[in-house]
Amino acid sequence: MTWETVIGLETHVELATKTKIFCSCTTEFGGAPNTHCCPVCTGMPGTLPVLNKRVLEFAVKAGLALNCSITRRCKFDRKNYFYPDLPKAYQISQLYLPICRDGAVPIRTEAGVEKTIRIHELHMEEDAGKLVHDPWIDQTRADYNRCGVPLIEIVTEPDFRCADEVIAYLEKLRSTLQYLGVSDCKMQEGSLRCDVNLSVRPAGSTEFGTRTEMKNLNSFKAIARAIQYEARRQIELIEEGKRVIQETRRWDENKDATFAMRSKENAQDYRYFPEPDIPPLEISQEELDRYRAEQPEMAEAKMARYQTDYGLPAYDTQMITAQKALADFFEAAVALDSDPKQASNWIMGQVMGQLSARGMEAKDMAFSPASLARLIALVKDGRLNRNTAVKVFEAVFETDGDVDAYVREHSLEQVSDAGLVQKAVEEVFAANPKSVADYQAGKQKAFGFLVGQTMARLKGRASPQVVNETIKALLEQL
Amino acid sequence: MDLCQLTALELAEKLKSGQVTQADAIAAAQARIAAAQPENNAFVTVADEVSPTAGLSASPLAGVPMAYKDNICTKGVKTSCASKILGDFKPPYDATIVERLRAAGAVSLGKLNMDEFAMGSTSETSFYGPVKNPWDLSRVPGGSSGGAAAAVAAGEVWYAIGSDTGGSIRQPAAYCGVTGMKPTYGTVSRYGLIAYASSLDQMGPIARSAADCAAVLDLIQGRDPRDGTSLDAPAGGLLAGLTGDIRGRRVGIPADCFGDGLDGEVRRAVLAAADVLRARGAVVEEFPLPVIRYAVPAYYIIACAEASSNLSRFDGVKYGWRAEHYEDLTELYTKTRTEGFGSEVKRRILLGTFVLSTGYYDAYYKKALQVKAVIKSAFDEAFQKYDLLLTPVAPTTAPKLGESLSDPLQMYLSDIYTVSVNLAGLPGISVPCGFDAKGMPIGAQLIGPALGDGVVLNAAHAFQLETDYHKKAPAEKGGGRA
Amino acid sequence: MKMTEEMVDYVSALARLKLPEEERARMTGELEQILAYMDVLNALDTSSVEPMSHVFPVKNVMREDVVLPSAGRAALLANAPAPDGEAFLVPRTVE
Repeated sequence: MTWETVIGLETHVELATKTKIFCSCTTEFGGAPNTHCCPVCTGMPGTLPVLNKRVLEFAVKAGLALNCSITRRCKFDRKNYFYPDLPKAYQISQLYLPICRDGAVPIRTEAGVEKTIRIHELHMEEDAGKLVHDPWIDQTRADYNRCGVPLIEIVTEPDFRCADEVIAYLEKLRSTLQYLGVSDCKMQEGSLRCDVNLSVRPAGSTEFGTRTEMKNLNSFKAIARAIQYEARRQIELIEEGKRVIQETRRWDENKDATFAMRSKENAQDYRYFPEPDIPPLEISQEELDRYRAEQPEMAEAKMARYQTDYGLPAYDTQMITAQKALADFFEAAVALDSDPKQASNWIMGQVMGQLSARGMEAKDMAFSPASLARLIALVKDGRLNRNTAVKVFEAVFETDGDVDAYVREHSLEQVSDAGLVQKAVEEVFAANPKSVADYQAGKQKAFGFLVGQTMARLKGRASPQVVNETIKALLEQL
Repeated sequence: MDLCQLTALELAEKLKSGQVTQADAIAAAQARIAAAQPENNAFVTVADEVSPTAGLSASPLAGVPMAYKDNICTKGVKTSCASKILGDFKPPYDATIVERLRAAGAVSLGKLNMDEFAMGSTSETSFYGPVKNPWDLSRVPGGSSGGAAAAVAAGEVWYAIGSDTGGSIRQPAAYCGVTGMKPTYGTVSRYGLIAYASSLDQMGPIARSAADCAAVLDLIQGRDPRDGTSLDAPAGGLLAGLTGDIRGRRVGIPADCFGDGLDGEVRRAVLAAADVLRARGAVVEEFPLPVIRYAVPAYYIIACAEASSNLSRFDGVKYGWRAEHYEDLTELYTKTRTEGFGSEVKRRILLGTFVLSTGYYDAYYKKALQVKAVIKSAFDEAFQKYDLLLTPVAPTTAPKLGESLSDPLQMYLSDIYTVSVNLAGLPGISVPCGFDAKGMPIGAQLIGPALGDGVVLNAAHAFQLETDYHKKAPAEKGGGRA
Repeated sequence: MKMTEEMVDYVSALARLKLPEEERARMTGELEQILAYMDVLNALDTSSVEPMSHVFPVKNVMREDVVLPSAGRAALLANAPAPDGEAFLVPRTVE
């Protein structure tokens, strides 16, 4: 029998607000335990939540970008359960009236398959704290720095059929949210987390099988491997005549397998009810229009525009728009009169090379579009040759040092004085009569040697083209 | 002159004129507390050191000693909700109301006893022992702000801040012969009030007169950015608005509040209060308000549901008491909560958990929210016709200690006249309007429309200009204001 | 509404309470009595009534996204039954 895998995703995304969702503590990642906390986010008795305006704005913008309908009157609800990472013993979330519903995300897999993933809902909620087990004392430490960091949870319909589609969706989601500026979506810091609901059924069947939920998926690679593992596990169970149990399973990266989690409580009955401490939200048509107007140009639109307006190859546009920070960088350099193709070449080659060598993200780099534009201009004007320009780039990249100052201090400016080049060539000819003779005897190789010697004498600062021409001209005169 | 017999405003006047020093006032109150506390147990914590306030002239109640119910957070001062589970919890912050009153020169003498987590009508469920009624120490002071009402009645403080979720300011004020007001929901910030039922809780004053209540409310009302449910409504001016002129005010008497279950002496005293208002020019008439019969069940469903969630944070991890022996996390939670909460609190948590649980939400919780809407619109309709409503506060005067707790349902039913006011978010005041044959005080309730706090206070003030029930003081040892 | 001891057990477990045998029996009876009384609400037809969670039409109460200093850790841990100077300690939770 052939089997079909059916997958739905619940993605939690930490929003890039400065403060937490219900208090004014910083959302900065890291920090010593319990230092980004106050009475509100540690659940002290008597404290009350007050919603951060920006959370609503970001959630609506995300919903609009995912083609959702926006719930114009929405509310928060309490989800009640006991766990030490949740100091109030309830999470403020949205069940009855989530802010966004019924979205659609078109995706295109690596293999070129195109389809649309339906979004069931997107809602706002607060993040929980972190629990770290200390084996020395055999106790768990609760750190509430992350408590109250704003999240949106994006729930899809069970529309995926394989890991490739899931990855394509997540890449699209990440790019979209980054373009919106609502999240940095760093999986390694937990700002994008994904739970995978998966079931299998005989191909052609319209009924769903029993699903499991997988947690602890920290990378796209882990998600892809976990999906493959879990689908195989379920198929094997069914083929052996056993049943799949509806449960939560944890992906173990080291063991490359999923394991059933001991359930947090014997009964999951969250007793949701409307949050009495937060009045309802009402989004006016004007606000909605404004949020719509503020939607930035997304990756696809930029790709198309770069091809039409700048004549860039499709490959270039895809590379540059993969991260919003790179696209912004490209546009800023072009705005400073850089040739688009030159800018694109530098970004794809040198800039991305440096970023990947340093394990950095584009948004964190100091190197400015102005510096790149200056380098491109110096090469274009013949004042730096390309190789020297790359060396300057490498030197100034980390701190965005002053390009002109570096060129000046290291005397790197290209020798464009024809007299100086001619003088150098004459000196090289005088010092290497054998090579000159070899060339005249038809040995082409000798030409390259003469060029190299001349460049060396000029400390590499001459334009290779000028040197070539000068040598040719002088050889002909001999 | 016995300072402890003065009203808060009278004492403030004497402090300002220099006739009385703050030290004298504080010493008089401390002496009274020392005498009364062993008898009536009104305090959980009596402040060791009390410093006078600076800047006496600034505010109308500057320098007047007072106290807070023990569910109001006071920075560095034990705040227990009269529960074992909070242990020696000392909040790291002050409630907004505490900040505001301190800025206005209030001098706190300590924290007042109450029903555990404000759940009760008798102040007997406190982990720190029951409060007793200064008028008769064998009787309850009412609840849940029983310590606040008893302390004011016994002359231990000039006013107190209580909280009222279903009558917890008004009913003890009635039982103790003092004046207590629950203001419009959202006019006093709840930030720092340890929540019982968030959608119903509201803090307010208990004092010796409506004028004192107005003066306190002038200091504590007003929008607070830390409380999302606090209203952006104009605050202040209540004291200045007490003209005592109620000519032409239309007062409605809901007939359904005077039917079965109401004690005859209470009925007579409240109807006599209507005559007093009439004599001052108000137009009083009866009208039907049948939805009142649904108020108690709707109230208990909503209050208990919210309480079950609000009280989940007491788990022995972040603050308060923790059970001594446990094997694992679940046992830590379960033992701490089972041993840390008293019986009435557990009953309400279970009830609240039940009405929110899968399969019962619609039948109970959602239904109660719908009934709340019905009750709210019945009040809205009544206030189309009337400026004020007059009702009893409680069906009887204060019962004997130990009489009520054995029958929880019966105790819940006695909240019939007060809970609907919380459901509808309205302002309500309890004013002394007589005594029964045993000499126990009777209270009358005046209810106003939303944000009609001034109308309510002015009518209560008019009533007090005409009567002297609020000036009577108990003669008991534990009271002894006479 | 018939309240059973099993029901009380279920609700107790959700609320992290464990009533001693005697209290459990008494509580079951009391809850049943209270719930029976609450059935009086069924006499009121509310089929066309919107449930009301907030009594006043207040909406959109929000704050600006501006960081304020966090509280001192020592103050937040001061009331904890088992702090270790940095965090709140609980029995092992990690699987």
